[in-house]
Amino acid sequence: MLLLTCPNCGVTAEESEFHQGGEAHLRRAGPGSPDDAFEGYLFTRRNPHGVHFERWRHVFGCGKWFHAARCTATLEVFGTYPAQTTEPPADIVAAIRAKRPDWEGFR
Amino acid sequence: MSTRLATGGRLIDRSARRRFTFDGRAHEGYAGDTLASALLAGGHTLLGRSFKYHRPRGLVASGAEEPNALVGLGAGARFEPNQRATTTELFDGLQAVSQNAWPSLDWDVGVVNNAFARFLPAGFYYKMFMHPRPLWKHLFEPFIRRSAGLGRAPSERDADRYEHFYAFCDVLVVGGGIAGLQAALAAGRAGARVILLEQTAHWGGRSPVDGVRIDGGPAEAWINAAVQELDGMENVTLRPRTMGAGVYDHGYVLGYERVGDHDPAAEVPRHRLWRIRAARLITATGALERPLSFAGNDVPGVMLASAVRDYVVNWAVSPGDRTVVVTNNDDAYRTALALKSAGLEVPAILDARPRAEGELPEMARAHGIRVETGKGVAKVRGGRHVTAVGVCAQAGEGAVLEEIACDAVAMSGGWSPVVHLWSHCGGKLEWDAAQALFRPDPDRAPTGHDGHPFVATAGAASGALQADRAMADADENMKNVLQGIGRKSPSRKPPKVESAEEAPLAPVWQMPQGAGPALRAKMWLDYQNDVKVSDVRLAAQEGYESVEHTKRYTTLGMATDQGKLSNINGLATLSQALHEEIPQVGTTTFRPPYTPISMAAIAGEARGPVFQPLRRTPMHEWHEANGADWEPVGQWRRPYCYRRAGESRRDAVHREVRNTRNALGLLDASTLGKIMVSGPDAERFIDMLYTGKMSTLKPGKCRYGLMCDENGFLMDDGVCARLDERSFLCHTTSGGAERIHGWMEDWLQCEWWDWQVHVVNLTEQFAQVAVVGPNARNLLERLGGIDVSKETLPFMAWTEGTLGGFRARVFRISFSGELSFEIAVPASEGRAFWERLVEAGEGFGAMPYGTEALHVMRAEKGFIMIGDETDGTIIPQDLGLDWAISKKKEDFLGKRGMERVNMTSPDRWKLVGLETLDGSVLPDGAHAPAEGLNANGQRNTQGRVTSTYYSPTLGRGIAMALVHRGPERMGETIAFNVPGRTPVKAKIVEPVFYDPKGERQNV
Ligand SMILES: [Zn+2]
Repeated sequence: MLLLTCPNCGVTAEESEFHQGGEAHLRRAGPGSPDDAFEGYLFTRRNPHGVHFERWRHVFGCGKWFHAARCTATLEVFGTYPAQTTEPPADIVAAIRAKRPDWEGFR
Repeated sequence: MSTRLATGGRLIDRSARRRFTFDGRAHEGYAGDTLASALLAGGHTLLGRSFKYHRPRGLVASGAEEPNALVGLGAGARFEPNQRATTTELFDGLQAVSQNAWPSLDWDVGVVNNAFARFLPAGFYYKMFMHPRPLWKHLFEPFIRRSAGLGRAPSERDADRYEHFYAFCDVLVVGGGIAGLQAALAAGRAGARVILLEQTAHWGGRSPVDGVRIDGGPAEAWINAAVQELDGMENVTLRPRTMGAGVYDHGYVLGYERVGDHDPAAEVPRHRLWRIRAARLITATGALERPLSFAGNDVPGVMLASAVRDYVVNWAVSPGDRTVVVTNNDDAYRTALALKSAGLEVPAILDARPRAEGELPEMARAHGIRVETGKGVAKVRGGRHVTAVGVCAQAGEGAVLEEIACDAVAMSGGWSPVVHLWSHCGGKLEWDAAQALFRPDPDRAPTGHDGHPFVATAGAASGALQADRAMADADENMKNVLQGIGRKSPSRKPPKVESAEEAPLAPVWQMPQGAGPALRAKMWLDYQNDVKVSDVRLAAQEGYESVEHTKRYTTLGMATDQGKLSNINGLATLSQALHEEIPQVGTTTFRPPYTPISMAAIAGEARGPVFQPLRRTPMHEWHEANGADWEPVGQWRRPYCYRRAGESRRDAVHREVRNTRNALGLLDASTLGKIMVSGPDAERFIDMLYTGKMSTLKPGKCRYGLMCDENGFLMDDGVCARLDERSFLCHTTSGGAERIHGWMEDWLQCEWWDWQVHVVNLTEQFAQVAVVGPNARNLLERLGGIDVSKETLPFMAWTEGTLGGFRARVFRISFSGELSFEIAVPASEGRAFWERLVEAGEGFGAMPYGTEALHVMRAEKGFIMIGDETDGTIIPQDLGLDWAISKKKEDFLGKRGMERVNMTSPDRWKLVGLETLDGSVLPDGAHAPAEGLNANGQRNTQGRVTSTYYSPTLGRGIAMALVHRGPERMGETIAFNVPGRTPVKAKIVEPVFYDPKGERQNV
């Protein structure tokens, strides 16, 4: 069971206090978008063996959504950050780089 | 013959007798005995039967690794099968029964399997699945079902109490031997919060039995002092009788405390599950001795050398008068010496190694014990008990050189560190060829949330088997751990441990080396599941090269002991058969729990009424007092119907429907979701949520709306009321309030975070009552205070004010087709308001109605129900709800999804009504078959029933269904399959069965 820290209220809590929301930083493909873009938005996920950005909600706490950068192989959490962003902030990227020099980077 | 010795026994109290029964017969033991030691002291060496061949089984071990001595404990509501006699502390009144034997342990019919053993080889069950089906169903399955399974499931509800504890610490130490104690001392002295768990009732592990000396005195003295010091530290928690059961991500560990097992009369929970978060975990879990694979190593009386020593030293029980020791290492000589000093005979020590000249062998020789090197056991004589062993050269093929009469055999094939907890969360192992064991690889430890290792080992669990090395290992590893968590360890030397220097073992995976098939078929690896060396070799021969496959093919290590004794021997046998090195074959996966834990401990207090929270509406108690027949709706309970004396559920539902249609019905609709959406951007947001254009709604008006996910699939529906210019009240389904509220938050927080909208789930703030039927307006007018006339409050409008003295919002909406008002009042006034309606409604024929009458009436009107007509793959267009989808809006959630080709295809199944030709009620979910077969060779289908009821209004069965191109097929008759009956014919009709023009609600 993972330990995560909510960046909104600062609470570090067990996984059961949160709700998982799948891959973060998806770009919504709305009406008028081509089929492949819509398919990508709805179904295609990176599912990496390694550095991953994912959505969590502090559902039994402050109720806020946030993002976590986590290694799916070792479960190491590099950091969490508010959901109101379209890409991981610089400090998170730096934290990942420090731990995973070979990381290919976000996008 | 096993018996109690006249003196000794460090754990028993001879002044405290304990009476117990085994298979109904009375026995006696002492306080401090385990059930195993007490039975052995009473001469009981036959304790069970094996799973497959029903061979006689006696004790092999003395602890949690015991594979054979499983019994049923207790009676009635306290009966529990598969309890280990070796870990069951004796108490007065204990009742135990043997398992897997019929009619009795001594005379067991299942033993015929033994005679057919050569027809039941590895993969027997697997191969049987390949046979023709009839053979399986009528011959093999009934036979296997009757003979399978250990013990019997209890038939009564568990009478005991169980609980969960949550704990947090810097350092969790699992294992209370000298290594664990030393680790806990170091951490405790450094000021860390420490929890120390020990699975038995005693501290110190094997050291006292093995004659270890610490700081110049017996180990026991140091152990007592260590426990006393730890007990005095406020930052240290000591828990005996608590097993480290499982290790999970980020330092989450489960402990299993047997609080009341040893004292059932005490008013305490029976088991306690500890849910521990530890920054660091130290596994000081020791090591387990391995059996040797020689023919007849399963005959009762053949035991692990360490277990023989335990029974003699701890409980003063001699497993036999004459014990032959057979070994490949020095440690087993301690058993011979312990037996000798208890005054028992050791006719010989058979040592498979060519030479044995270490400290312990020389001591044995000095005590006059005959030591035969280069020798092993060719076979064991005896059926229900050992009578002799045949001695052979280990290097040979098993020719018997000599027979030695004996009534017990103590065997030792070396030791394996207990690596389970290390491995549970991904810790890797390395093969130590010198000691022939897998040990934790400290460079590949499990890592936590910060990427740092969070598990370390101490003592024998590290592979440091000798006591002095175990102590040094514990001290050193603990220093590193403390440094890792920023604690300064006190500069103190570890205690000085004296223990005999042991020479290296010689790996022996088969005895003798060159044994042929006949002997191999009698060499047991897994005692409980009857897996032999010959079975593993057969698996290898048949192509099972992976250890995981071999495990499943042979069932090696799949019994309730999880292969604690058999795993390493099994994979060594496999590696030999494959001509590969042991580390190349590898181990199977170690999975929690370490030993089985009770289901009730996992449940804890969460059973019965506290299994999950129960949500009650403000009127809950009134319903209960008035005959409510409850139906669970999510965590709510709603009245399904209100039964009167002598009434069936069906009768009650029909009465409620008729009364509502003809007079007046009252429904507690408080569970309906109520979410307020407000703010400057509320219109924009609400238009994204609903498929329709909700922003055009005027304050004071209501509109039915649909919410879809991004696939376009319908997920919720309900009436939206506009409260004022910048706020809407969205009604959701009863089960959907939390989900939809979460859905809104998700979009607002993660996609449109710049929109100024605030959403609040008000569901529990209001009680809501539907007042339904021709007399509905009369009742509200009797209450007075709000003008509810047709002109002032038309259909799909709402108003607020004071109704009969209650602050109320009145929504003129209908889910039944009748004249209907839904009235929301503050939750705190809900009960009073409801009672006022009941009382004032008496003259108008008011009766409460439940969810089933609600369902019948909505189906009569062809209204859809989320979860009945929808299943997560249905778009609104499938349900004929195109009118509720805006064509003008550029965007809404689900719009793009609905544009996909398969969503716009005319070949979709669509909603229709069904009328059975014979008037009967179709079963829910019934399918209509179509011509031809699909790609899987199954019959094609063309529709299925989604809602089906007997309509008391129409006096016949009605149904809603999704049918291929349904609306194009009005008037057509299709047949639905009904189990056990000829297919039922039904006519496709419009889904609105009653008042299609809506005249009744518009009055
Ligand atoms: Zn939070």
